[in-house]
Amino acid sequence: MIKLENVTKVYQDGTKAVKDLSLEIEKGEFCIFLGPSGCGKTTSMKMINRLIPLTSGKIFVDGVDVMKLDPNELRRGIGYAIQNIGLFPHLTVMENIATVPMLQKWPKKKWRTRAAELLHLVGMDPGTFLDRYPSELSGGQQQRVGVARCLGADPPILLMDEPFGAIDPITRAKLQDEFLKIQSKIKKTIAFVTHDINEAIKMGDRIALLRQGELIQYSDPATLLNEPKNEFVRNFVGADRVLKGMRLYRARDVMQEPPLMFTEDENPSTVGEQMRQNMLNWAMLVDKKKRFLGWITYADLEKSASLREIMVEPAVTTSPETPLNEAISLMLNSAIGNLSVVDDEGHLLGVLTFEIIRNILSQESDDKKSDGGVKK
Amino acid sequence: MWVQAYEYLLRHPDKILEWTLQHLYIILVANACAVVIGILVGIYISGKGREQLADTVIYMASIMMTIPSLALYGILMGILGALTLPSIGFLPVVIALTLYGLLPIIRNTYTAIREVDPAIIEAGRGMGMSESQILFKLKLPLAVPVIMAGLRQAIVMNIGIAAIGSYIGAGGLGQPIFRGIANYRVDLILVGAVFVSLLAIIVDIIMARVERLTTPKGLKVRGKTND
Amino acid sequence: MRKYVILGGLIALLLGITIWMTGLESVGIFKMAPATKVLKATARHLQIVGAAEALAIAIGIPIGFFSTRKAMRFVSPVLIGTANVGQTIPTLAFIGIAGAVLGMGYKAAVIALFIYGMLPIIRNTYAGIRSVDPSVIEAARGMGMSKMQITTRIELRLAMPVILAGIRTSTVVNVGTAAVAGMIGAGGLGELIVTGIAVRVTQIILQGAAPTAALAIILDAAIGGIENVITPRGLKILKAAQWQQ
Repeated sequence: MIKLENVTKVYQDGTKAVKDLSLEIEKGEFCIFLGPSGCGKTTSMKMINRLIPLTSGKIFVDGVDVMKLDPNELRRGIGYAIQNIGLFPHLTVMENIATVPMLQKWPKKKWRTRAAELLHLVGMDPGTFLDRYPSELSGGQQQRVGVARCLGADPPILLMDEPFGAIDPITRAKLQDEFLKIQSKIKKTIAFVTHDINEAIKMGDRIALLRQGELIQYSDPATLLNEPKNEFVRNFVGADRVLKGMRLYRARDVMQEPPLMFTEDENPSTVGEQMRQNMLNWAMLVDKKKRFLGWITYADLEKSASLREIMVEPAVTTSPETPLNEAISLMLNSAIGNLSVVDDEGHLLGVLTFEIIRNILSQESDDKKSDGGVKK
Repeated sequence: MWVQAYEYLLRHPDKILEWTLQHLYIILVANACAVVIGILVGIYISGKGREQLADTVIYMASIMMTIPSLALYGILMGILGALTLPSIGFLPVVIALTLYGLLPIIRNTYTAIREVDPAIIEAGRGMGMSESQILFKLKLPLAVPVIMAGLRQAIVMNIGIAAIGSYIGAGGLGQPIFRGIANYRVDLILVGAVFVSLLAIIVDIIMARVERLTTPKGLKVRGKTND
Repeated sequence: MRKYVILGGLIALLLGITIWMTGLESVGIFKMAPATKVLKATARHLQIVGAAEALAIAIGIPIGFFSTRKAMRFVSPVLIGTANVGQTIPTLAFIGIAGAVLGMGYKAAVIALFIYGMLPIIRNTYAGIRSVDPSVIEAARGMGMSKMQITTRIELRLAMPVILAGIRTSTVVNVGTAAVAGMIGAGGLGELIVTGIAVRVTQIILQGAAPTAALAIILDAAIGGIENVITPRGLKILKAAQWQQ
């Protein structure tokens, strides 16, 4: 879908920002341009939509040489999101999101519905936000509107330059999760720039690691961690490759079916009996719709006849998409040491225990001893 | 003395009105010219690679500002006379007022356009806006409040300068002041002084309102919602 | 560099015109003002402006300073508001009222210029001192500086550039106002301009107008230069950084 062929960029003062870069991004692929400051990742991405002119080489978008297209037409067909977002402060959220549709002369009636659709997609209530101004939004909200705006005219390709860079880590993790969810629904071809290895591993289908304008390695996250091409890659990825490898798993990949699940009207003695039989000292309490309510411990069973009363409320829950390393941190905060996995409405999907984690880690270290890497 | 002035007001309201209208007319014409020329120049010098030019233009305009109005009138009279154009009355005053109005407008237009958050321009360009679309849909709307502030400055300042221009025959509220000085008619002096001051103050207040009204809604600082 | 060329060129041009006009001796039946008269008028002009400015600075800065003190916080908005409104008032109106109330002549002119010239100085002194970062003052107090030391070493010094800018505005405007004061018999270069207009001889007008313009430009550049020299280097760097942001 996007093909870079021997792309080079040399500035007037002689700086070689990009040297003979060749790579191809497949349709629907989420490609990360990764590297330290000055490696040419942003320059490369910006040459795709001709914001920065190429010195030599060719770039093809959907088979067409970008130089053969009118630059403004080209850009209107590509979504563009940057770190400082650049929301237009004098326009409402709706007008911001509808900018490219407006440039493409969509009928005015469609602007509002499209903007509402996209706000919904990024998890914001259209009724509340469509007519607000950027100055009235928090940082995380502004970033979301920025994402919605780049999806405005439903472009097949997105270019994103550290779009989640300017916010706090907690909001950033949330936005990354949500964006991954969105991407799984809409399957855009994405070129995404970041300097953060963790973000790259979490988000990307393939990672292009650049250094001083040259492509060092272009592979999926597991291969990057598993088979680093050289010393630079190994160092950039970091020594804690096993822990980083945890990022490659998501909660849904390793969670268990809850071994013991009860509704509130269950008899405590039945519960106790089942616990003894299964040799577990904990169980999970759900409502009639299988929404997770809390934990039951064996020791508390004799304290009351009502399961609801002795139940311990969950301190944290997690979604099935959460990377395993984040899940581990959450587990440390869990009320009883296990972590429930729930969907958007709170329905119980599974459970993560330390046992599971321990197994994975020991598997990893075994594999490491044998073939020196993280399991794909 | 004040009583005399008041009496004059009561006896000749028509004259006072006539002077006020003359005054306003001159201000209107001159400032309209200043706005048109000023904004065009301001846009032009804010273009890429024209920093040196911008520097020079703004510097020259600011020197212009330091020249006392009476002196400028004198010099203009000389130049216009040499060109055999009317050297008294409406023309020299309008030219002078336009020249004085140019600095605040050019400077404010230039600064406002330059100071638009570059992320906004980049976002616009990345989304496929042409240069003229960026200018008209992004840069100018965001520059309006500052340009308005400059216009306000220019107009209020020009009211005073126009008053001095009455001396070289342009009419306006300076007339009673000068006549009063010439003939030692204190009532005339006071009527002129008070009315021209009132005019300046009222126009300032009106322009402040206009400034606020023309500021795009999104730019007025508001509170933030929760995430 | 280019700025000095433009500046110098303009001043040279104006002075050249003055000398040329004065050298003409007479135009038609009218005699040009002799060089001595031009010089005397200039001196008088400077006298008026100088006296007025000296008073304006001497009284304006303290007023501006005291209006920033906590004790004055109820009065200061009124004071500063008055200064603002006052500056909106056209200079001619001021001179006119001064002439009417105080009688014509030199004294009325100086008083009018003094009051009018004080306004930007009060305003800038107030703004300049208010613009000093409160954490700087807090640090100073924490280090044990006395109130007097804080005022002189920190507040005034940091506010100096802004105050000087106010003095510059005030002086330049007053050169023009003093010219207008020529009409109420104050003497100075305004008188020459006015005479020229009365007899409709452009050359005489220029004899007064050109030096007045030159005077204003020279004083503006001179005080601007002092501003440059006096601004602490640290502030200049800070300002430049802010400008680039």
